[in-house]
Amino acid sequence: MDVQAISPLVIFVAAITTNNILLTNFLGMCSFLAISNDLGSSLGLGAAVTFVSLCTAPLNWIVYHWLLVPFHLEYLQYIVFILVIAAFTQIVEMMIERLSTPLYLTLGIFLPLITVNCCIFGCALFLVIRGYTFLQSVAYGAGCGAGWALAIVALAGLRERMRKRSKVVPELEGPGIALILTGFMAMAFVGFSGIVRIN
Amino acid sequence: MSEVVTGVGVLSAVSVGLTVLLLVAEAIFATYGECEIDINKGERTFKVTGGGSLLRTLAGQKLFLPSGCGGRGSCGTCKCKVLDGGGPVLPTELPYLNPEERRTGIRLACQLKVKENVRIEIPADLLSVREFQAVTERITPLTHDIRGLRFRLPEGETVRFKAGQFVNLVSKPYGDVTEPTSRAYSISSAPADNRALELVIRLVPNGLVTTWVFNHLKEGETATLIGPYGEFFLRDSAREIIFIAGGSGLAPIRSIVLDMIERGITHRPATFFFGAVKLRDLYYVEEFQAIAAKHPWFRFKPALSGDETGHPWERGLITDVVARSYGTLDNHEAYLCGSPGMIGACVKVLTGKGLPENLVFYDKFS
Repeated sequence: MDVQAISPLVIFVAAITTNNILLTNFLGMCSFLAISNDLGSSLGLGAAVTFVSLCTAPLNWIVYHWLLVPFHLEYLQYIVFILVIAAFTQIVEMMIERLSTPLYLTLGIFLPLITVNCCIFGCALFLVIRGYTFLQSVAYGAGCGAGWALAIVALAGLRERMRKRSKVVPELEGPGIALILTGFMAMAFVGFSGIVRIN
Repeated sequence: MSEVVTGVGVLSAVSVGLTVLLLVAEAIFATYGECEIDINKGERTFKVTGGGSLLRTLAGQKLFLPSGCGGRGSCGTCKCKVLDGGGPVLPTELPYLNPEERRTGIRLACQLKVKENVRIEIPADLLSVREFQAVTERITPLTHDIRGLRFRLPEGETVRFKAGQFVNLVSKPYGDVTEPTSRAYSISSAPADNRALELVIRLVPNGLVTTWVFNHLKEGETATLIGPYGEFFLRDSAREIIFIAGGSGLAPIRSIVLDMIERGITHRPATFFFGAVKLRDLYYVEEFQAIAAKHPWFRFKPALSGDETGHPWERGLITDVVARSYGTLDNHEAYLCGSPGMIGACVKVLTGKGLPENLVFYDKFS
């Protein structure tokens, strides 16, 4: 199958469902487990991840194809991608803090947390490995972030509900039950397979 | 070879590019112009460049709020009341603020950024907190691991503190220690002696500041002291006083006792229990004995827990000595200074004898 012929829209939908970066690749687990206690915070963090991955995916695409490929320095992609992501989150944090206090309180404070989020870094690597075009990268970045946000919000919803309605075995409270729930969610997402296919 | 050069070149170029971008962004976005800070409703005001945290901004004006973690938002000691200009409470502050504090505008100074004119309220005492570049006038070995230090303030400067308060002593870089480090030590001199500060310092094995004091600081050298701080001081009442100290915990008690003599407080009987292990751990004994001989309201009771004999002092753990010295404690007040273990044990003994917990005051060394 010719990768470049896949419509960006298909890639976007696939990145959320069949190829959800968290539930199929298990990337970005640390903040996923840490912040999924509370629905409000997980919405904020989800929005921050979506925004950053939407912006850094094309940014990294440009750096890779215009800078690393011409100089035959593809092996530097790891370190360069991390630099780009870290600088971007820091600049955006400064901008948001300056421009909008409400936005800073809901989104900005999470930005330092996702400087080293594996989901965003994994997204940058996958779009190179799979040979996406620029437009496909934008769609993939948005999809990756949205998929991650969907997963964390779903988990936060489940955990909030479980706190009210169910008794968790004490030994499994916290990360234990969160990992089990994540496993169930991953299995549920298998149900999406067949809708779209990108690899 | 050329691959290495291009690799290094491109990576450096990317890093430099991103750094420039960050600097530009900081210059554009992270500046907030000139802001005015108003303290205690006009008692003191000054203009500062916005953008920094309130804690650092105040420190820039030589106004030092207490801070244990150095501004990382992990200790919650830099609380102050912000009347306006602080913006909404940040999620990073919430864990340290109880509902009452949230309602009354208490904030963590290290988290709050100065972005506009800010009006704050701080304890009036803190306005007297200053940084002193003092000369190390005298270093006296008191025991094998405790030294007394006397710092003379610069010409013309005086310090105002309440007997029992502490200062932070800042060490200079030495050996492998590249950063100045500060630790809190109780003042052992009397407030009336206001041109100098005396401290009693016990050598802590591998302690950053105490190692500097014992191995590097020499008489005649200058040292930085910041203070005074603290809520450990004699409360105004007519109750009988129980002082209990161990090791270098004697320092604030000495300051309080000297201050009581100075101020002519003679109507309150006071007993000072000073706990140590061996005879070699006792110090300032003659001084306290002389005070006890001259002032009938003061009694001095050192106690040794080691098995030495042939000394006139009490024997046993300080808690046991205190326990057998008193019946019911119905008109007393206790001031403790020492290790957390000693304090915990003493509080148990005192409250067990009927002393309400709010009449036990202490400084815990940890």
